[in-house]
Amino acid sequence: MVDERDGGGFAERLRDARARRGLDKPAGTAAKDAPPSGAWGIGFRAGVEVVAALVVGIAVGLLLDRWLGTFPWLFLMFFFAGAAAGILNVFRLFNPRSGRRG
Amino acid sequence: MAAEGKAIDALSQFELAPFLGPIGESVRFSQANAHMLLAVGLITALMIWGTARRAIVPGRMQALAEGAYEFVHDLVVGQVGEEGKRFFPFVFSLFMFVLFGNLLGLLPYAFTFTSHIAITFALAALVFILVTVVAIAIHGWKFLGYFLPEGAPKVLAPLIVLIEIISYLSRPISLAVRLFANMVAGHVMLKVFATFAVMMGSAGLVGLFGAVLPIALNVAMVGFEILVAFLQAYVFAILTCIYIHDAVHLH
Repeated sequence: MVDERDGGGFAERLRDARARRGLDKPAGTAAKDAPPSGAWGIGFRAGVEVVAALVVGIAVGLLLDRWLGTFPWLFLMFFFAGAAAGILNVFRLFNPRSGRRG
Repeated sequence: MAAEGKAIDALSQFELAPFLGPIGESVRFSQANAHMLLAVGLITALMIWGTARRAIVPGRMQALAEGAYEFVHDLVVGQVGEEGKRFFPFVFSLFMFVLFGNLLGLLPYAFTFTSHIAITFALAALVFILVTVVAIAIHGWKFLGYFLPEGAPKVLAPLIVLIEIISYLSRPISLAVRLFANMVAGHVMLKVFATFAVMMGSAGLVGLFGAVLPIALNVAMVGFEILVAFLQAYVFAILTCIYIHDAVHLH
């Protein structure tokens, strides 16, 4: 009885002490810390994300147009899809996909 | 070198030149290749030399090697989880290669190979292909479900899939451009301020006092560039880990 209570108390105290010291990382929270950077870093990253998505959208649109011979239409469609993907990328920058669901 | 023509020549530092004159010319071996080999050699030397003695109380080299190892190890395990340890060698090689490329480029007379988009894009494409192959190998056809988040209305499915695919394809480009643009911007700024100092210094006694300002700015810039060298290697590695996490867990 005494031993049991002591044993449980010790395990609990050890766990508390380890948690206070930060030795046991709480599971699941580590995946959320994004790269640390200042306002410049975040602004630059957001800009790069938008431009990259736009470039991909325009390139895919132009390539499909050249293949199918429908010049302005697919280009226009993929241009706006690229812009939307860029905004999605910036959204993901602040709300990572992995943290949202499970 | 740039002040003679009264023009700031900040971009010639990125030009490729044959290594060792005619020998490099004949096999198309540029100074970028030489610096890449040097970076790989230095990393190998650090790890072999650092782990050779395996002392209980680490010496300087061992502490450096172990510090780098544990830093990347914690990064991979923290981002991907325990099953991400399989990818540790890949992320570690990538991180050390980018880091040494960035840091070597800060030495005088050295060449920054990470300031060439051909090289950063090759690295980013490697990450992209690896992540895609891993996702298909683990999840098979369910990988396509990645492009349609669950709970999205069926009417919007074509639009969402299109946007998700473009977003997925834009990853290697943003990965490559971020590293490349950071390195180019830093080195151009350093060269521009250094040229200011030379121009002012050639303008007599008053100019010599004026030249102190750009030199002081450059001293601060070099410190900042060392920070950027570490930060960009870290960002490259952590984004690789995030992409691997997405590929392994697929949601």
